Amino acid sequence: MARLAVNPTRMELRRLKTRLKTATRGHKLLKDKSDEMVRRFMEMVRLNKSLREEIEGEVAEALRSFMLARAVSSSEDIEQALSMPKVEVVLEAGTKNIMGVDVPDVKITMPTPEDLLPYAFAGTPSDLDSAVIKISTLTEKLLRLAEVEKTCNMLADEIEKNRRRVNALEYVMIPQLNETIKYILMKLDENERGNLTRLMKVKSMMQEN
Amino acid sequence: MIKSGKIAVIGDKDSVLAFRAVGVETFCSNGMFETNDLLKKLKDEYAVIFITEELAAQVEETLNRLKSRAYPAVIPIPGGLGTNGFGLKGIKRDVEKAIGADILFDD
Repeated sequence: MARLAVNPTRMELRRLKTRLKTATRGHKLLKDKSDEMVRRFMEMVRLNKSLREEIEGEVAEALRSFMLARAVSSSEDIEQALSMPKVEVVLEAGTKNIMGVDVPDVKITMPTPEDLLPYAFAGTPSDLDSAVIKISTLTEKLLRLAEVEKTCNMLADEIEKNRRRVNALEYVMIPQLNETIKYILMKLDENERGNLTRLMKVKSMMQEN
Repeated sequence: MIKSGKIAVIGDKDSVLAFRAVGVETFCSNGMFETNDLLKKLKDEYAVIFITEELAAQVEETLNRLKSRAYPAVIPIPGGLGTNGFGLKGIKRDVEKAIGADILFDD
């Protein structure tokens, strides 16, 4: 590992020792952060998986009955029936902080289910009713999935970044600092020895005269 | 930061119409370029965007770019033809990115 390009002086040595201390402490903290983030992430991702599996089946089912409805009646009829929805889903899009990552936090105001169907029953097949009802019950779950999935995405990103930082400290920064400190110590010792021999030499020369 | 968000659904015509009934705004798209344009247009206005898996698979790069912000959350959902596994693949990729190996799906 290459050492840093610094002058081998006492001042530099002191400076590097402080830097090493900071780096080691930072490394430990980042490592702890990484551990905790992975734990949180695993919790989230398990939830994400089970939610998604559940929802995928239900959405496919709802859309299938919608397809059936479309097949039975003309597409103009269906479009007309659905063109003026009675309800509107409103959500409050906030953020919350998990381990320093701003993740979405969604609150949903669900419409009342009694006046859900915005059309008359005469011109539309019953499959349409069941499809719409299914989808409206799914909306809340879908939004929950959106929140959890986005959280997982962002946590995964952050964990990766954090790992890079930890590795850079562990395998580049700290070895480099150690090596440089060692180099300066050796150099200073060598200078000291050189100085001592010079003094001894001068003394013996003086005694000869 | 709390704002009231809106929900959009992007997909082929058959799949998205059903969502219109529950008060979600729907947008039709037939191809990759159209989907990209739609996403660009909707990303600042909507908090949650659902997109059918078939279309999501075509615009993966755009989706990856949108991942770093909290909003919008772009979420793939199965279309009328059922799921093609794109959504679960996304979870799998997240796990691999975070842990380094896939430990959730043992297949």
